[in-house]
Amino acid sequence: MLEMFSYSFMVRALVAGTLVSVCAALLGVSLVLRRCSMIGDGLSHVGFGALAVAAAMNAAPMAVAAPVVLAGAFLLLKISDDAAIALLSTASLAVGVLAVSMTTGMNTNVYSYMFGSALAMSDADVYMSVALSAVVLALFTLCRDKIFAVTFDETFARACGVRAEAYNTLTAALTALTIVPGMKVMGALLITGLIVFPPMTAMRLCGSFRGATICSAAIAAACFFAGLALSYSCSAPTGATVVAVNALAFAAASMKKPR
Amino acid sequence: MAVVSFHDASFAYGGRTVIDGLSLDVDEGECLCIVGENGAGKSTLMKGMLGLITPSGGSVKTTSGAGYLPQGDGGWKRFPASVSEVVISGCLARHGFFSPFYSKADKSEAEEHMERLGVASLRDRPFLSLSLGQERRVLLARALCAARTLLALDEPTAGLDQDAARTFYEIARRANRSGMAVVLVSHDPDAAAILSARVLNMGDAKTPRDKNA
Repeated sequence: MLEMFSYSFMVRALVAGTLVSVCAALLGVSLVLRRCSMIGDGLSHVGFGALAVAAAMNAAPMAVAAPVVLAGAFLLLKISDDAAIALLSTASLAVGVLAVSMTTGMNTNVYSYMFGSALAMSDADVYMSVALSAVVLALFTLCRDKIFAVTFDETFARACGVRAEAYNTLTAALTALTIVPGMKVMGALLITGLIVFPPMTAMRLCGSFRGATICSAAIAAACFFAGLALSYSCSAPTGATVVAVNALAFAAASMKKPR
Repeated sequence: MAVVSFHDASFAYGGRTVIDGLSLDVDEGECLCIVGENGAGKSTLMKGMLGLITPSGGSVKTTSGAGYLPQGDGGWKRFPASVSEVVISGCLARHGFFSPFYSKADKSEAEEHMERLGVASLRDRPFLSLSLGQERRVLLARALCAARTLLALDEPTAGLDQDAARTFYEIARRANRSGMAVVLVSHDPDAAAILSARVLNMGDAKTPRDKNA
């Protein structure tokens, strides 16, 4: 079991993947409760478009994707309408596919943007994941009480003078920062799984917000570890295995008698 | 000193003017009871007062430190939140970005209000497992954590039994005596008398008449 981590690519995948999973799971609690989980999905498609265009122009993919996804987060928060999110995400997907087909064609590179390449992370990818996750974890910890208040009862929070708008924007921006390294690990089409599954599982098990966030993060980390180990031993794609493990955990938690 | 002051304020919803040119002051230690038929704009007035909606004309000034008890069901289906988490969130009114965590004083204040409202034993229960009466008590405790200058209660006793309603009025009266302004919207015909409040009758006309003004 431990021998698989004697490979440095496995260690890199474990470090980056666990951090990204934990960040996505924490932010996911608020996104799911505000019925905004599709923002994560929309952003990952925007990210795919940006990565594909960057690759077509021979630019550094992550450096281009990060600001584009961040801009997408502000835009999606402003419109935050179901149909508008679908428009933006399919349009981005189309732009991405056109960009690659006009240049390199649909190759393994494109495949890895869509479904992730956790085992092919470079040192630079890992450093960036660690840095972005540190920012996300720090800001989330500092703002968790306000994020709770704004998520639970935005009207009351605003009546108290809490700047609800600012904290909603912050949540969207942090989601964007999580999705960028998340796409490398999980792929644009699978990253939403990390935002939605762990919070949904945790909410079945916990009655407090504090409990649900901690539980969500723990479930995400455990599922990533299990998914990575399983994908290594069965030579299955990592991103898909991690999401499948998350789905199993959710199904198991759903068996529990509803509170 | 006026805690709330409407100056020729108008509010509109989707093109329809609900409140037209209202001028009104609520002073420190004053109690105002807003009555009127459904759709007369009572809740609109309350939201305007709390800065939740902006006036379409005129101006509204409210000092900071308002504690708000919203009306009815907030739609918190499946939301994981414990009673103590909900109550203490009222204290966030005094926390900016640079004071991220609750202080000891916040915790003891939340505890005190939970005791007063008889929900201290529910502290760790999930909020969504509460009965309507318990839910209203918890939300009042939250409002008291936030209230420093003004307590704004929207239909505080709707759906409550007489005992619970009496507790609510008693708490509002005590807050009022300690110098806080209290504004409530109520369908209870006795509310104004119990709280010896000034009455603002919104009627069903567009321009409300202030009985005592």
